[in-house]
Amino acid sequence: MTEDTPDGGGGEHGMTRRQLIRHSAWFGGAIVLTVTAGEVISHIPGSANAAPASSADLRFVQVSDSHIGFQGPANMDVTGTFAAAINQVNSLGFRPDFVMHSGDLTHLSTPAQFDQVKQMLSQLDTDRVFAVPGEHDSIGDNGPRAYRQAFGQNTLGDGWYSFDTHGVHFIALVNTLHLEQLGHLGNDQIDFVRKDIAGLSSDTPIVIFSHIPLFAMYPTWGWGTDDAVQLLSMFRRFSSVTCLNGHVHQLFSKTEGNITFHSARPTCYPFPKPGEGPAPLPVVLPAGRLKDAIGVRTVNYWQGNHALAVKDEKLA
Amino acid sequence: MTIKNFAFSPPTLTVKAGTKVTWTNTDPDAHTVTSKQGSGGPLQSAALATNETYSYTFTQPGTYPYYCTIHPFMTATVEVTP
Repeated sequence: MTEDTPDGGGGEHGMTRRQLIRHSAWFGGAIVLTVTAGEVISHIPGSANAAPASSADLRFVQVSDSHIGFQGPANMDVTGTFAAAINQVNSLGFRPDFVMHSGDLTHLSTPAQFDQVKQMLSQLDTDRVFAVPGEHDSIGDNGPRAYRQAFGQNTLGDGWYSFDTHGVHFIALVNTLHLEQLGHLGNDQIDFVRKDIAGLSSDTPIVIFSHIPLFAMYPTWGWGTDDAVQLLSMFRRFSSVTCLNGHVHQLFSKTEGNITFHSARPTCYPFPKPGEGPAPLPVVLPAGRLKDAIGVRTVNYWQGNHALAVKDEKLA
Repeated sequence: MTIKNFAFSPPTLTVKAGTKVTWTNTDPDAHTVTSKQGSGGPLQSAALATNETYSYTFTQPGTYPYYCTIHPFMTATVEVTP
């Protein structure tokens, strides 16, 4: 069922009755996580997620936090695990419409590390590869420059952009520059988003990519974005908003009103759960256990459904 | 100065002008030693991998706040006395 009628007067921050009914159906409570054979599938209670992935109109993949260049006991071969993640994407049984790397592609922002990760991403069997930078891709003055040289084509400002496909509006944000305590978007980027979404129908499904979470997951460790509220307030009128981030090296999902947040697994090594231990130190797992903590994410979307089905898979 | 568990230790270091201060990163993740934005301070290390060091000799008395640009919640200060 597709409805293209414009917002019937819900006001800037309001909702139409129809949106409210949908909103309640899709975002009425906690996210349900279904775990089957090592896969975590999350959906909103009441959303139609039972359809097989093969029938989806849009299928895309998120990979995150490859940290190419890292050396340490938490993962002695980050290149190998990232290559395994790429192979896993290429073995999904379908060709994703696109793949998004949600940041910390590199560990130290060096041109050689960017070259290596770009070369590896070119092995993906997909039409398009997108990226947003992590703080490890933004070190010093040279890091942001090297990132934009490798991944900044057709982007605006510090590397932000948006695109549309299958009726979904995607926004890719940079919140790893000009940091003071937390992630930071900045007024230029918030203005870009304001103009970017001004003409969109409130029924347009929105997906926002950022490296650092746009919700306050654990500010003590920098796991939040200081001006995210300013950004997210502009999305109150939309029926379906999904924010997909990396940075925290673990799965975590939550809903706030009409917005759903999903933090992704890394391909390198896990971090502790918020507040467990003194700092977000790379966790060293017993031999053979690392692949249970890293992996890839697929997202399926059926036009007219609005809700997206997010499926997280451990590294095979 | 030691960088351990995503913290600069000690959080405030007091030294006399002319002292060379060396930071050693003992963490498994990378860190920087960078003067706080807007402070006009001189600290500007590269990203320090595990066991790498950065040194700076303070010649002018004053208060020098700094942080790690990769993990900006890590903050500390060097106090330089005459």
